[in-house]
Amino acid sequence: MSVERGGWKVRALKLWIPLGAFMLFTMFPFYWMAVTSIKPNSELYNRKIMPMIVYHPTLKHYVDLLTETNFLVWTWNTFLVATVSTAISLVFGTMLAYPLARMKFAGSALISFAIAATYLVPQPLLFIPLADIINQLHLGDTLTSVILTYPTLLVPFCAWLLMGYFRSVPVELEDAARIDGATRLQTMFKVFLPLCVPGFISAGIFAFTLSQNEFLYALIFLTQTDVRTVPVGAIAELVKGDVFYWGQLMAAALLGSVPVAVIYSFFVEHYVAGLTAGAVKQ
Amino acid sequence: MSASVPEYLAHRPASSFRRWTERENVFSWLLIGPPILFLIALVGYPFLYGIWLSLQDRPVAHAGKFVGLANFVADFHDPVFWKVAVNTFVYTFFATILKMVGGLALALTMNQDFRFKNAIRAMMLLPFIVPTVLSTIAWMWMLDPGFSVINWLLKYTGIADPGPSWLGNPYLAMMSLIIVNVWRGLPFYAITLLAGLQTISPDLYEAATIDGASAWQRFIHVTLPLLRPVIFIVTMFSVIFTFADFQLVYVLTRGGPANATHLFATYAFDIAMGGGQLGMGASVALAMLPPLALIIIAMSVYMKPNKS
Repeated sequence: MSVERGGWKVRALKLWIPLGAFMLFTMFPFYWMAVTSIKPNSELYNRKIMPMIVYHPTLKHYVDLLTETNFLVWTWNTFLVATVSTAISLVFGTMLAYPLARMKFAGSALISFAIAATYLVPQPLLFIPLADIINQLHLGDTLTSVILTYPTLLVPFCAWLLMGYFRSVPVELEDAARIDGATRLQTMFKVFLPLCVPGFISAGIFAFTLSQNEFLYALIFLTQTDVRTVPVGAIAELVKGDVFYWGQLMAAALLGSVPVAVIYSFFVEHYVAGLTAGAVKQ
Repeated sequence: MSASVPEYLAHRPASSFRRWTERENVFSWLLIGPPILFLIALVGYPFLYGIWLSLQDRPVAHAGKFVGLANFVADFHDPVFWKVAVNTFVYTFFATILKMVGGLALALTMNQDFRFKNAIRAMMLLPFIVPTVLSTIAWMWMLDPGFSVINWLLKYTGIADPGPSWLGNPYLAMMSLIIVNVWRGLPFYAITLLAGLQTISPDLYEAATIDGASAWQRFIHVTLPLLRPVIFIVTMFSVIFTFADFQLVYVLTRGGPANATHLFATYAFDIAMGGGQLGMGASVALAMLPPLALIIIAMSVYMKPNKS
């Protein structure tokens, strides 16, 4: 876009004021989370003092969270489940995307339609029958139940994203490998897939954050404290009836968010590429 | 001729099995088969099983009894069901409009040159990547009846004392949910629309400017038409996942006060998991399918760009 003249007033009006207002809206809940988590209860529940700042910061809520609850177990569960389901989804996603992007075969149009449709099926449509199925398979309260079901949300997405990425890779190298006598499988593994690492990172990082975010299946399938994930553990065990342990809740919210945010910050560009891949044709 | 063939190929017998698996059709289906079976088992089958459940009287841990469409008839006569339907439409409509307009405004703002653009864009996406339940807990505390920081601000600035009960009043509770939904979803709109904006060639704006188009005219006649495909896809995603939202409501209000914020998903959850009526619950969940399909079809008709 051409640079428009008009000095700093126009610039402030068109850029910094709206951007600043929006950033305030975006970031305030995180600030509030952080501030609340280090307030002693005497300040937390005192209506007379100015709440925006902390007078006597304390790590008590963090210590309580780590020693009195199973927070570390939940964190470990969340990571394990997210990692395994992301891995499964990348493998299955690749198995779907490679033929769809590169080959002509009977039923390819139907398959790609089915994948798009599966991607758009909202979870609440499936959770009641799935709950019954998981029960019948005696998988309730096992991490297997969520490791099996999360990929149903992630595989269609990974397949879709990878399909777009695969199509952007030039086909000549594979042709050359085929002419040299490589089998289709060799071509795929030794020539093609190594070229697609950025696509895998995009899909992987996206799938990983989605699994960390999942709540409904975890809430239904995991009812014992030692198999819970962070979101379910926080909601189910830091809220006892009408009593909210606000300090610990905020500490849990912050600690649960930090790993996702850190991983995300390393791969922002890949994440954005994945986010916009479906909508914007490059 | 033979000298040019690599050695490892020379001794390889081209078995008929190998030739078979090298056929495009066969190779493709060998790869596609396992993931497709997986999706059929855990998406296709549960979907059909859900329809079958919705036709049964099926208390949890008991055998089901086929009752035909009785569950759907019961939904039809249930005033709460219609309240839920209205809630879901209100929630979806307002949240989507706000995200669309706000997201577009933010994308246009971001589509200027300024320092720290990448850092700001990265921070902007935080609400979208942080697990929803965890950020919603922060919002719940911000809207707490006794210690809401928003009410403290209202009191401090002299606007209202005492401030309203955000989650206790039916209208304010719905409004709060919509605001939190917008807070979470707006970055997705903004970032995707920004990516769309960046694909628009600057030449087009220059040509329009030379032809005497004002900034507003450039927006209406250049930006919007070219952005339409992106807006369409983003909105479709957003509508589907807002319509079927569960987490936000479950954490913030549990559908209250007095069912004022129950959506299809949370109501189905209450009936099936809380009340143990799997059949009834499945019928409520399935009821969300026809309106959702209608919305998507209507959007396709009105918003889909003409294919060139």
